[in-house]
Amino acid sequence: MSQIHVTTKINGESREFLCEADESLLHVLRDRLGLTGAKEGCGTGDCGACSVTVDGRLVCSCLMLGAEAEGREIATIEGMAEGEQLHPLQRKFIEMAALQCGICTPGILVAAKSLLERNPDPSEEEARYWLAGNLCRCTGYDKIIRAVLDAAREMREAS
Amino acid sequence: MNYQAPTSLDAAVDILAGASGDCHVLAGGTDLLVRLNSEMIAPDTIVDIKRIESLRTITREEDGGWRIGAAVSSAEMGEHQELAAAWPGVVEAAALIGSTQVQGRATVAGNLCNASPAADSVPAMVAAGAIARIAGPGGIRDLPVEKLPTGPGRTALERGELVASIILPPRAPRSGDAYLRFTPRTEMDIAVAGCGVWLQLDEEGAISDARVALGAVAPTVLLVAEAAHALRGTHMRDGAQQQLEAVCSAAARPITDKRGTEYFRSHVVGVLARRAACIAYQRAGGAA
Repeated sequence: MSQIHVTTKINGESREFLCEADESLLHVLRDRLGLTGAKEGCGTGDCGACSVTVDGRLVCSCLMLGAEAEGREIATIEGMAEGEQLHPLQRKFIEMAALQCGICTPGILVAAKSLLERNPDPSEEEARYWLAGNLCRCTGYDKIIRAVLDAAREMREAS
Repeated sequence: MNYQAPTSLDAAVDILAGASGDCHVLAGGTDLLVRLNSEMIAPDTIVDIKRIESLRTITREEDGGWRIGAAVSSAEMGEHQELAAAWPGVVEAAALIGSTQVQGRATVAGNLCNASPAADSVPAMVAAGAIARIAGPGGIRDLPVEKLPTGPGRTALERGELVASIILPPRAPRSGDAYLRFTPRTEMDIAVAGCGVWLQLDEEGAISDARVALGAVAPTVLLVAEAAHALRGTHMRDGAQQQLEAVCSAAARPITDKRGTEYFRSHVVGVLARRAACIAYQRAGGAA
């Protein structure tokens, strides 16, 4: 079976890859490009651990084919920090212990960043609904929501 | 597997009509990729319709109605303020499908063609009087949305055909729509029962016309003519609400499964119909 050649932009950098027609973007990211921040939790779009943005839109990378990425701009957790400088969300998650095992964390950070880009001042309810597709089996969500709202406040004050 | 991403509707139809073996249309992919990843299907060809520009837009029709391209996501529908103002029930139903991530990809045309009896957007579209505009080797044909699903996972689409657009009529004066569903959780769940209602008032505030559609209580969406009959001429007072509820519960033909029993689904779909009708009535400008 011939592979498909795909040219795309990932975290601002032009990337090319070959993939099988039925290969998910998640597998391409993890197994072909070495970007293992996105996790495979369920593979069915329920858990959000594989969250990335495609042309600025939050999606589950397990529910997208690698071939669909042609010409698109993908952003993953690997592009969130600027060098050694953590994104405020990342810093707050550490400071406020908003993670335990960490499997869900990259997806939640990508999803939360996407929320704050659209809505810099979300209510707790808005944050909880936005993140309803990101499952965490450790924290009970409370610390995650507090960290997201605290990061939002800090980002508003800094801007 | 062969992946095709045509850039015109004609090319997509040619591929679908000419493909041998198992061929699937990929719109948002939120159902198709799950089946592919879990090896429930092994397609020979997947036709990705998201590169077809005309299917990616929401446009106003000459008559004031709306054309929603088959590749438009639920999120894009929710962000379209005019569409959301004209058809809040349809847009809200689309916004109930899955998570933020799923809504960034999922389409109402895909929700329809997946033909799940529990599809949230389908009763809302049926209540709204939506039309599925189908492209195929014979050209374009229009089919009322309620005629497209013929059973769980089965549709009236012929070989080589795809739903290209969903057409919503212009919003009539003094009309309103609403969709409600019951799920044990508030998010990330599949409807145990759902109900879409559209209704229109006459100039005196009585209901002059209505469409009531039930979801997840039969193999396909049910458009309940008796429910519309129960509403016509009324002012949505208690008696009319009780009659609507009874008629909808009686029309339901649900199964018992892990998400709900026959008894519970029949009961709750009537409650949902009553509540959705009250919201639609208020949206139409009726007194609460």
